[in-house]
Amino acid sequence: MTPLRTAEQVVEIDDLSFTYDVRPILRGIDMRIARGKVVAIMGQSGCGKTTLLRIIGGMLRPSRGSARVLGETVHELARDRLYALRRRMGMLYQFGALFTDLSVYRNVEFPLREHTALPDELIHDLVMLKLEAVGLRGASRLTPAELSGGMARRVALARAIALDPELIMYDEPFAGLDPISLGVVARLIRRLNDSLGATSIIVTHDVEETLPIVDYVYFMADGRVVAKGTVEEVRRSREAFVHQFVHGEPDGPVPFHYPAPGYREQLGFAAGAQARA
Amino acid sequence: MTQFAERVAQPLRRLGQSVSTRIWRLGFASRFFFYMLVHSGTALRRFHLTMREIYFSGVLSLIIILVSGLFVGMVLGLQGYETLQRYGASESLGVLVALSLVRELGPVVAGLLFASRAGSAITAEIGLMKATEQISAMEMMAVDPIARVVAPRFWGGVISMPLLAALFSGMGIFGGYLVGVQLIGVDEGAFWSQMQAAVDVRSDILNGVIKSVVFGFAVCWIAVFEGYDAPPTAEGVSGATTRTVVTSSLAILALDFMLTALMFTGGNAS
Repeated sequence: MTPLRTAEQVVEIDDLSFTYDVRPILRGIDMRIARGKVVAIMGQSGCGKTTLLRIIGGMLRPSRGSARVLGETVHELARDRLYALRRRMGMLYQFGALFTDLSVYRNVEFPLREHTALPDELIHDLVMLKLEAVGLRGASRLTPAELSGGMARRVALARAIALDPELIMYDEPFAGLDPISLGVVARLIRRLNDSLGATSIIVTHDVEETLPIVDYVYFMADGRVVAKGTVEEVRRSREAFVHQFVHGEPDGPVPFHYPAPGYREQLGFAAGAQARA
Repeated sequence: MTQFAERVAQPLRRLGQSVSTRIWRLGFASRFFFYMLVHSGTALRRFHLTMREIYFSGVLSLIIILVSGLFVGMVLGLQGYETLQRYGASESLGVLVALSLVRELGPVVAGLLFASRAGSAITAEIGLMKATEQISAMEMMAVDPIARVVAPRFWGGVISMPLLAALFSGMGIFGGYLVGVQLIGVDEGAFWSQMQAAVDVRSDILNGVIKSVVFGFAVCWIAVFEGYDAPPTAEGVSGATTRTVVTSSLAILALDFMLTALMFTGGNAS
């Protein structure tokens, strides 16, 4: 944590908790994300990582604590200020969330048309520039239904960077991709971050693809940050949870079995044994 | 004793919960409606967004509206002639067909058809956009989905509905003419001139148009709200679509009764 404190912080999360109905999702999260870094938030499905991303984006309000993004406390902002802040962020959704009634070109054009009054030729050039960055300039006329999963993810990425955001968030960018698309998307994330001078947060459980492209890792379990460190620290870590997660072991601090009543009783062995006795 | 109390209390609690949930939802729907009205600037300023929705809910509903209108008018012609000729008043067929269509059947049947053809489509589309995170993605792009997605669909439907009802009535009158004049042989001059004399622009046509506008507002409000409020799952969207058709059909019939009571009881007395 300490080395990161010196740089300018793009995201500062302090003692953040979030409760859905009565169920606690996040408990006392502290996080610092410095400008220019690519940071991964890793954990099992359901550990609260996507919720955290939604709080950073201002889609959910924390129950306690605060999230400061680009110098503003997100949940205190009025609608106009929040929208102004969101214009400086880009988000890539798990399955792209492309507008299915618009072509690839129109999808990438969407944020530019909504937020700028640029002339048509300039918008055209910008869209082509963004599509070229993800290698899909040739696909501009296709509709989202004609794209493969990996291509859709890349178009969504082009759309997310259309306004040159300072902070890019990725929600499970690798989910459901084939190995080739996976490598392409992973390299794109790192390259775009560095060429745009942006800061990136990747929420994922994909260890192998993520570790080579990130600077820092937070591990979450059960709504808490359980471990954090640079990639080398994480790889060397002897901490049981990190070890289990990084090496993909089926059993460890995170048990294979969901809590259940005794196996023998449930199958009726105990009762049967008693009856025979 | 406590068990008995528990058995009585449980259904009561469930009833209370379901009533309060419904009231809460109605309040939410009203707030949603006013928020949408306030944020309708985009839909009206960038009118091509609304035009596109007029095409989807209006133009694409034309076939079903026109064909249904024709058949309803033809049936009115047959049934009306049957009844009227018993009293030797078969020349009044034009009046009967026109008044039934313009006052009642036009707005009501067109409204019901509109709810099941366009309303369900609006709900399903918005619901699926929500389920596939398109709505949420739009919000993260700092674009208000209520202004950009919901309001154009709402206004597109509200504008289409009275036009569809008018076309339905027009087509129905043509159907009545086909059956009454061309098939049965009612005097053509009497058919049209009696209709012209008896149908009043204000008390009949205007009231019919008001009805169709009210139905348009009701159906489109229900459709966009159900879509926006749909749980983001397959069952959620299918349930919301069903609710749109059921709720808006009931709303049309109930509103029709109220509007008729207001318009025609007072109007006839004066």
